[in-house]
Amino acid sequence: MEFYRSHVLVCTGTGCTSSNSRSVISGLRKELADKGLEKEIQVIETGCFGFCNLGPIMVVYPEGVFYCRVSQDDIQEIVEEHFTKGRVVQRLLYHEPNTTVKTQEFNDIEFFKHQKRIALSNCGIINPEKIEEYIARDGYFALAKVLHEMKPEDVIEEIKKSGLRGRGGGGFPTGMKWNFAHKAQGDQKYVVCNADEGDPGAFMDRSVLEGDPHSVLEAMAIAGYAIGANQGYIYVRAEYPIAVERLRLAIEQAHKMGLLGKNIFGMGFDFDVDIRLGAGAFVCGEETALLTSIEGKRGEPRPRPPFPANSGLWGKPTIINNVETYANVTRIIRNGWEWFASMGTEKSKGTKVFALAGKIKNTGLIEVPMGTTLRTIVYDIGGGILNDKKFKAAQTGGPSGGCIPAELLDTPIDYDNLIAIGAMMGSGGLIVMDEDTCMVDIARFFLEFTQDESCGKCPPCRIGTKRMLEILTRICEGKGVPEDLENLETLAKTIKSAALCGLGQTAPNPVLSTLRYFRHEYEAHIYDKKCPAGVCKSLLSYKINEDKCRGCSLCARNCPAKAISGKVKEPFVIDPEKCIKCGACMEKCKFGAIERK
Amino acid sequence: MEMVNITIDGQKVQVPAGITVLEAARMAGIKIPTLCYLKEINKIGACRVCLVEIERARGLQASCVYPVMEGTVVRTNTPAIREARKAVVELILSNHPMECLTCERNTKCELQALAKQLGITDIRFKGENTEFPKDTSSPSIVRNPDKCILCRRCVSVCNQIQGVGVLGTTDRGFESIVAPAFHHQLSEVDCVYCGQCVNVCPVGALTEKDDTQLVWDAINDPEKHVVVQTAPAVRAALGEEFGYQVGTSVTRQMVAALRRLGFDKVFDTDFTADLTILEEGNELLERVKNGGKLPLITSCSPGWVKFCEHNYPEFLDNLSTAKSPQQMFGALAKTYYAKKCGVDPAKIFSVSIMPCTAKKFERQRPELRDSGFADVDAVLTTRELAKMIKVAGMDFAALPEEQYDDPMGISTGAGLIFGATGGVMEAALRTVYEVVTGKTLKDLDFVGVRGLEGVKEASVDLPPLGTVKVAVAHGLGNARKLLDKVKAGEAEYQFIEVMACPGGCVGGGGQPLVGGPERMELEEDYRALRAKAIYEEDKGMPLRKSHENPAVQALYEEFLVKPLGEKSHHLLHTHYTPRVKNQALAAWREKNK
Repeated sequence: MEFYRSHVLVCTGTGCTSSNSRSVISGLRKELADKGLEKEIQVIETGCFGFCNLGPIMVVYPEGVFYCRVSQDDIQEIVEEHFTKGRVVQRLLYHEPNTTVKTQEFNDIEFFKHQKRIALSNCGIINPEKIEEYIARDGYFALAKVLHEMKPEDVIEEIKKSGLRGRGGGGFPTGMKWNFAHKAQGDQKYVVCNADEGDPGAFMDRSVLEGDPHSVLEAMAIAGYAIGANQGYIYVRAEYPIAVERLRLAIEQAHKMGLLGKNIFGMGFDFDVDIRLGAGAFVCGEETALLTSIEGKRGEPRPRPPFPANSGLWGKPTIINNVETYANVTRIIRNGWEWFASMGTEKSKGTKVFALAGKIKNTGLIEVPMGTTLRTIVYDIGGGILNDKKFKAAQTGGPSGGCIPAELLDTPIDYDNLIAIGAMMGSGGLIVMDEDTCMVDIARFFLEFTQDESCGKCPPCRIGTKRMLEILTRICEGKGVPEDLENLETLAKTIKSAALCGLGQTAPNPVLSTLRYFRHEYEAHIYDKKCPAGVCKSLLSYKINEDKCRGCSLCARNCPAKAISGKVKEPFVIDPEKCIKCGACMEKCKFGAIERK
Repeated sequence: MEMVNITIDGQKVQVPAGITVLEAARMAGIKIPTLCYLKEINKIGACRVCLVEIERARGLQASCVYPVMEGTVVRTNTPAIREARKAVVELILSNHPMECLTCERNTKCELQALAKQLGITDIRFKGENTEFPKDTSSPSIVRNPDKCILCRRCVSVCNQIQGVGVLGTTDRGFESIVAPAFHHQLSEVDCVYCGQCVNVCPVGALTEKDDTQLVWDAINDPEKHVVVQTAPAVRAALGEEFGYQVGTSVTRQMVAALRRLGFDKVFDTDFTADLTILEEGNELLERVKNGGKLPLITSCSPGWVKFCEHNYPEFLDNLSTAKSPQQMFGALAKTYYAKKCGVDPAKIFSVSIMPCTAKKFERQRPELRDSGFADVDAVLTTRELAKMIKVAGMDFAALPEEQYDDPMGISTGAGLIFGATGGVMEAALRTVYEVVTGKTLKDLDFVGVRGLEGVKEASVDLPPLGTVKVAVAHGLGNARKLLDKVKAGEAEYQFIEVMACPGGCVGGGGQPLVGGPERMELEEDYRALRAKAIYEEDKGMPLRKSHENPAVQALYEEFLVKPLGEKSHHLLHTHYTPRVKNQALAAWREKNK
């Protein structure tokens, strides 16, 4: 075995790959070779660290120095300074927001400090393309333990006791689901992994698959053993090419080592996994639609019951779990249910991965114990609101979730609390909104997504979401009428109770939750024809305050619609007929003379 | 049967395990409204009209797909349910052209009936309506997707029952629509025009191509001599359009109605059905004796013939070369009849009343112009005939019973039973038996080939020829199963009858519509009831064997000379040509070569 004095971990997840981490790696390798350091310093491609907007990310061990936004131009300096002279390159360190501190070590960064990484524990640590690195981190140990020491019932019991609930959104107890499929009669059963991550902005499944694919394969094999299945399918979006490639590689490597395939560990258990690519329909993340799609049909949901545990893929008993759920399974088996159940709240155990986005300083992928408050996530991990504006709301659960207002910032986040306040866990999207966000516009935005992604099978979703969107658009355009609110609520309730699948049933959530917490904004749009946040263009007007205007003509020169006129050194005026309400004048004016109403 | 105890609206009832809440509720006397549900055809829980509350289940559940279990507690009539059903139908109506008064399905529309049933007087949710081009490309079926409510009954029938599979859902969300793949037109895909989709459509999105004006114009033209033929199955269903119970035969009133509409001669397709038996029966004997291509497969169903051309070209030589009764009639009307009655064939306008939409297509086949003219000039479905009778203001029930005209109105029971699945086979056996054995058949009822079982088999001893094995399939899905078996060498038959429509012609795509709620009400399958009427009428006929039809005998003496003779060959037989499978795909490939 070769020893290196330093290991350089560089992220090759989708985020950092997009910001060119591949060229950083090849440049670094070349530079190290040129300097004759290739036997001393090892460069390792890893999965995602979660801090994607700082990519490409590089962590140097043993010190744990965290470099961000590394480009090819920085390589020479890093090699020269850090690897030759042992001096940390200060300018590439992470700058903690709200402070002047530059944090050197990975573990000291606020963004990471408050996290507890279980599902993501190997992401950013191992090279996902080497099964040996997974095994070195106790990989496939859980499968060995299960096959050697546990009966299928024991496995199910362990998962049940751990309190693990489905991480895909529904939060159904995983052990109970496995038990149903275990008890179901069938000559053939299936284990399916739902990797059809579709919530805009959510990418935890992708990160797990890219950073730690074996953890999912191993868990699927464990699930197969527990329910009596020997075939698994991973349904993953074709838009995740890196994840798909790493999964392919992982399956191949596991096969070679006898960790998948026939007679695993010589214990007479066979298990195989195949990949099925999804074509990007959001509804295929709904479990029955996903199964229908695997069967080669148009991806549309089917009614439940029968539930997949009894009649799933091709009518056979099937369990279908989300990527993140599987990623927890191996750790539960290895560390015991007590360990897992010691984290989280009474009914929501363990941790949850969130994709933090929106008007917040630190965006990225985080994993926190269940019960962490929104405040901790937004202010401690997220570093607060961008430009130090006021927090207005956070949307959890993606387009099917709800908006949580500022007064509920201290709610411990778990499945049941979120439902109680009109939001939901969903797959873990978390979008932070500041005071400049119009909540009617936000509801319209999310609904636009769900109505576009409706499969069209049932009228409540197919036509109902369209009608809701029409009403919301009308309100945003200042054409709302008083009965619109009542109709919106009727439609929302109807769709929620009458739609065929989860997509439809949850589509009205953003509207319902914004109506619940921000009704006054709707009313302002309808009755006063005003958008309090100043977002809805049709309701805005720009005016120049004569007293403040110095007549510098900067606004007129920047107006793309030539709507501003006047004599230099005299107050200018905006022609409302020509004004396209783009706000360019307001941005340019140095005297704050332009007012938006 | 395993039973379970459930509670519906407070009522405790015992019902068979595994049935749906919808079915259980009907047993308890509760009729939950439905829309997309269609007994034995479409059970997908899509339309969300049959919603109910199930205790401990989240949200409302579609009762048409929810299975009862021991202890299930159901509520079917709460304010929440009523409001949800109403809102759902209002939503459907909000994207529906409100042309009820001028719609083909006015007063016979299931959506209309439902709106009334649910007490909808106002539509709260208005907005954009989808717009799609109308598909009038086929000679048989018109698709008006703007009226489509995406219940998918047509998709189910086209795919699961018929195995044709040209209809499916395309696009998604508000833009989703039922259409052939890639929005092709019906004429561009492998549609066989069977019209089963029309039969199940609850609204006016699928209708037959209306040819009534063509017929009115011919009748009003003093220069034209307009003759009409009526297919066997029409008489067993036409009455339904005038309030008669399903399974009532109205043959004689129908003849009176046709005469009053102004047709110069009212003839019967049963006459040429008898003729078909003589030609096809002899063809069978010929093939058996001379080692011809077997099994011989019937070719009177035009939907089936087109299906065979697309999907089983290797069986085209097995198809009987005898034309369908409609086309034989057409060819003879403009030759034999014209000569006999001294009418200029150019002036004859030949109309047929058919239970079938595919007959409209068959009429236009270029192969079928052997009289020197189009053999048949217009085809009307049973529904279109009813429309004409209504337009003419006739009180159907008060019409006298009248007889068909001579000579082409004379027929036997054998010709009549062509209207039900197994009928052609039974009629053929009645004749072939006597021709081969020289004995008189004692029991004329070959019950083994009757009924609604998908594929029926029988063997008949025909000494000295030996045992003849026969099979009958109805519905193209069943035909596919049967042919695949023959193809794989798993079964051997000498004679096969195939009808495109389930139940045979009584269940044809041009027959009066039996809606979703009505199908649940009927104690027996509506096709079985219509078939029963036909078999009853057959039983009462003085002549029940085709070869005993005196008019057919005269036809041979005066004109055709003998079955399979030269004149027959010229006028009454034809051939079929293979068609491309997956037409649209093939066309695309050709274009992008």
